[in-house]
Amino acid sequence: MNAIIVSAFLGVVMMFASWSIKGENKQKNIALFGLIFLILANLAQLNGWFVAEVDTHNMLSFTRFGLYTNTLIYCLTFIYIWINGEEISKIGNHAADFYALFFFILCGASILTSFNNLLMLFIGIEILSIPLYILTGSDKKSLFSNEAAIKYFLMGSFSTGILLLGITFIYGATGSFNLIPPDPSILNEQFMFSAGLILIFAAMNFKVSAAPFHFWTPDVYDGAPTVFTSFMATIAKSAGFIAFINIYLVQYKPFEKTWGIILPLVIISTLMVGNVTAVFQRSVKRMLTYSSIAQAGFMLFALYGTSSFANEGILLYIVVYSLASIGIFAVLIKMKENSFEAFHGLAKTHPLLAFLTTVFLCSLAGIPITGGFFAKYYMINAVLIAGAGIWLVVVAMIFASISVYYYFKLIQAMYFVPGTPAIGELDKSYTYKLAVIAILILVLGVFPNLLFNYLYF
Amino acid sequence: MLLSFILIPFVTALLLLFIKNDKSANTIAIVSTLGTLVAAIAVAGNGAVDFNAPWIPVLHAQFFLHADGLAKILVLLTAISFPAIIIATSQNQPKQKNIFLSLLLFTQSGLMGVFLSGDALLFYFFWELALIPVYFLSSIWGGEKRIAVTFKFFIYTFLGSLMMLVGIVFVYMHTSDQSFLITSFAKANLTGGQQVTAFALFFIAFAIKMPIFPLHTWQPDAYEQSPTALTMVMSAVMVKMGLYGILRWLLPLFPMAFVAHINVVVILSVIGILYASFIAIRQDDIKRLIAYSSIAHIGLMNAAIFSHHQIGIQGAMIQLFSHGINVLGLWIVADIIEQQTGTRSMQQMGGLAKKQPTLAILLVGFALANIALPLTNAFVGEFLMFNSLFQYNVWVGAAAGVSIILAAIYTLNMVQKVAYGEVSTQINQMQTINKPAQIVLIVLLIIVFVTGIFPQPLFDLTADSLQQIFVK
Repeated sequence: MNAIIVSAFLGVVMMFASWSIKGENKQKNIALFGLIFLILANLAQLNGWFVAEVDTHNMLSFTRFGLYTNTLIYCLTFIYIWINGEEISKIGNHAADFYALFFFILCGASILTSFNNLLMLFIGIEILSIPLYILTGSDKKSLFSNEAAIKYFLMGSFSTGILLLGITFIYGATGSFNLIPPDPSILNEQFMFSAGLILIFAAMNFKVSAAPFHFWTPDVYDGAPTVFTSFMATIAKSAGFIAFINIYLVQYKPFEKTWGIILPLVIISTLMVGNVTAVFQRSVKRMLTYSSIAQAGFMLFALYGTSSFANEGILLYIVVYSLASIGIFAVLIKMKENSFEAFHGLAKTHPLLAFLTTVFLCSLAGIPITGGFFAKYYMINAVLIAGAGIWLVVVAMIFASISVYYYFKLIQAMYFVPGTPAIGELDKSYTYKLAVIAILILVLGVFPNLLFNYLYF
Repeated sequence: MLLSFILIPFVTALLLLFIKNDKSANTIAIVSTLGTLVAAIAVAGNGAVDFNAPWIPVLHAQFFLHADGLAKILVLLTAISFPAIIIATSQNQPKQKNIFLSLLLFTQSGLMGVFLSGDALLFYFFWELALIPVYFLSSIWGGEKRIAVTFKFFIYTFLGSLMMLVGIVFVYMHTSDQSFLITSFAKANLTGGQQVTAFALFFIAFAIKMPIFPLHTWQPDAYEQSPTALTMVMSAVMVKMGLYGILRWLLPLFPMAFVAHINVVVILSVIGILYASFIAIRQDDIKRLIAYSSIAHIGLMNAAIFSHHQIGIQGAMIQLFSHGINVLGLWIVADIIEQQTGTRSMQQMGGLAKKQPTLAILLVGFALANIALPLTNAFVGEFLMFNSLFQYNVWVGAAAGVSIILAAIYTLNMVQKVAYGEVSTQINQMQTINKPAQIVLIVLLIIVFVTGIFPQPLFDLTADSLQQIFVK
C-alpha cells in the first residue's frame, strides 16, 4: 500500500516540479531521491510499517513476493533514470513530465504486483499503459513516434477491451470479481468461465508482446524514442509479467486445463517469431525489439512453474534481462544511427564500451558467467520440474542458439570489422555507469542466489 | 592444489591484459604455463585428489574438482601443450600479442576446469568458458574467411552445449538428493527411456565437439582459418573435451543407453574414419591434411570407446594423450614451414631434408607416430583400440583397420612431398629455425618415443578411472 500511495504522490510532485524547479539536472535528482524514498517506503511495509491504514476489502493483498518484486522494479527504474537522465531531458521540453509519467507507471506496476481482484488488475494495467502511450508519442516532431503512439494506443485499447470482456465473463460465471478460485467443478458446467480465462490470457499476452499478439511491438518499439523503448521493453514489460504470473500461476493454476493447452503454442510461436525475425534485421534497434519478443517467450516458461524455480526464475529473468537491455539500449542511444554498420570498429575506439556491450549481449544470449545463463537455467528447470515435456525445452534451446546468431552479429560488428563507429560524444562517467550494470550482471551470473536471499528472510 | 590449475592461467590472463610489451607478455605467459606444468606433474604423481567448496547453495551446486587418472592425463596434456605452443609460436607476431596470449590462457583455464569438474553445472560452466575465448581468438586473428567460419563453429558448439544443459537439468531432477555431483548423477533413478533421452542430449554436445561424422563440417575450416597457436590448442586439447565427456559422463551415467547405441555410433565413427582418411589423401594444403587426419584419429578413439571393451577404453585413454602430443608436433612443424615460406601448399614444398635436415627429421618422427608405427606412442593406444574393435566385430575392425593403411598413404605422401625431391624456391627461402621451437619439438619427440617404449606409467595413471568405469 505504501508504494502505491507514495508513487502516485511522487508523480504529482514531479508534475509540479516541472514548472517550479528549473534545471533538468535538478529534476533528475529529485526523481532519483523520490525513487529512494519510494524504495524505503516499500521496504518499510515489508517490515510492517504503513504510511496509512487503508482497508482495501481484500482487493489488494500484499505478499512478500509482490513487495520484493516492487523493490526490484524500483531499483531497476533507479538505474534506468540514473543512466538515461540526460537523454530523457533531450526529448520534449519538460523532462519532469516524463519523470511524473514514470512514477505513474510504477504506481500501476505496484498495483499489478498486489491485485487480488480483477478490477484492480484492470485499473493497474490502465495506469501502466496510458503513460506508456504518451511516452511513445513524446517525440512530437517525429512522424514515426506519432505513428507508433497511435498504433500502440489503438491496439492497446483493443486488447483492454478483450481484457474487460474476459473479466465480465468470469464475473458472469462466478458472480465475483475476486480472484479467489471458485470450485473447480465450475469448469465442467460453465463454458463462460473458460472463455473468460482464455480472453484474459490473450489480453495479457498482448501486454507482454507474446506471439501471436506481438504485431504492435516492432513498430512501437522502433518508433518510440530509444530511451523510452528501453523503459517499455524492460520495466513496463516486467510489470506485465508479474501480473500475468499473479493471475495464472497463483490464482488460476487449478484451471490449467483450459489455458494450459494454448501456452506451449504461444511460447513456441513467440520464440519462433522473435528469434527468426531478429536474424534478418538490419537495424540494431529492431533486432533488439524482436529479441525482446523472443525473451518474452522464455519468460512465459515461468507459467508452467509448480516449484520455487518459477517464482525465483521470473524475478531473476526480469532483473537480468532488464539490466542487460537497459545497458544495450543506453549504448544504442549514443550511436548516431541504429544500423549494425554504426558499430563497426567500436572495439578499437572505445574498448571498454565494446566490452560492456559484449557482456550485455552475452547475458541476453544466456552464456555462462553472465546472469542470463542462470535466468534461462531457472526457466528450464521450472518447466522440467512441472513435467511439461522435454521436447518444449529442446525446441526452446534450438531457438536460443539461433539467438546467438544475431547477438553475436553485433559483437562481430564491434570487434572484427574495421571502420569508424558512428558514435556521439561520450563522457567517461557514462561508461562507468554502464560498467556498474555489467558488474551486477556478472555477479548474478556467478551467485544468482544473492537475489533470492531477501525473498525469504 | 587442483584450484591452481584453473587459477594460475586465469590470473595470468587477467594480468596480461595490462602488459603492453610483447616480449614481457610472452615471457610471463611462458613462465605461467610452465608453472602449471610443474603443478600438473606434481599432481600426476599423487593419488586421486579432490577440492570442494560451496558454490550455489540454493541449487546444491558445488565447486567440486576431482582428479583421477583420466582427468590427470588430460590435465597433463593441457599443461604440456600450452607452454609448447606458446614457446614454439613466440616468433609469430600477432597484433596486440598480450591480448592474444591472455585469451589463450583463459582457454587453458576453461579446459582445465572441464577436465577437473566433478559437478555437472560446473562442468557446463567451464565447457562454455573454454569456448568463448576461442571465438574471439579465431575471429580476430584468423585467416581471410575467419568470421564466417568461426561463427559456424561457435553456433554449432553452442547448440550442442545447450542440449547438454537440458540434459544436465533433466538428470538433476531425477537425482535423489538434488545435487549436480557426478556421484549423485550416477545414482539417479532413470528408466531406460529417460536414459536414452539424457544420453541423446549429452551425446549431441560431445559429438559436435569431437566431431563425429555428420557433424564434422565445422572442423577443417575452423582449423584452417584459426591462428596456428589456436589450431594447435583445438586439435591437441579441445577435441579431447568430447571424448573426455563420453568417458567421464556418458558411459558411467547412462550405461543402458550407452549399450543400446553402440552399433549406431561405432558405424558412424567408422564411416567418419574412412571418409576423413580419403579426403586427407586428396589434400594439398598441409593444414587441411592434418585436420582431416585428426578427424580420422578422433573417430577411431570414439569407435574404440563405444566398442565397450576394457582394453579399447584403456587404449583410448592413452591415445587421448598420445594423439595430442603427435598432432601438436605436426602442427608446429607445419607452422614453422608456413611462417618461413608463406605457403601451405605441399606442391610448392620439397627438399626440406636438404635445406633443413633437423626439421625434416623431426617431421619424419611425428609422421611415423601419426601412422602409429611400433616404438611410437600412438602404437600402444591404437593397438589396444584395434584389438577391441576386432573383438566387437571383425568386419568393423577390418574396415577401421583400413584407416591405418590410408594413414600411411597420406602421411608418407606428405613426408615425401615436403622433405624429399628437388629443393623448391619456397623451401629455399627458409632460414635457421629458432632454437626454442626446435627444443620444444625435440622434447615432444622424446615424449613420443619414451611413452612408446615404456607406456607403463600411462597404464598405471589411467588404471583407477578404468576400474571405476567397469565396476559399474
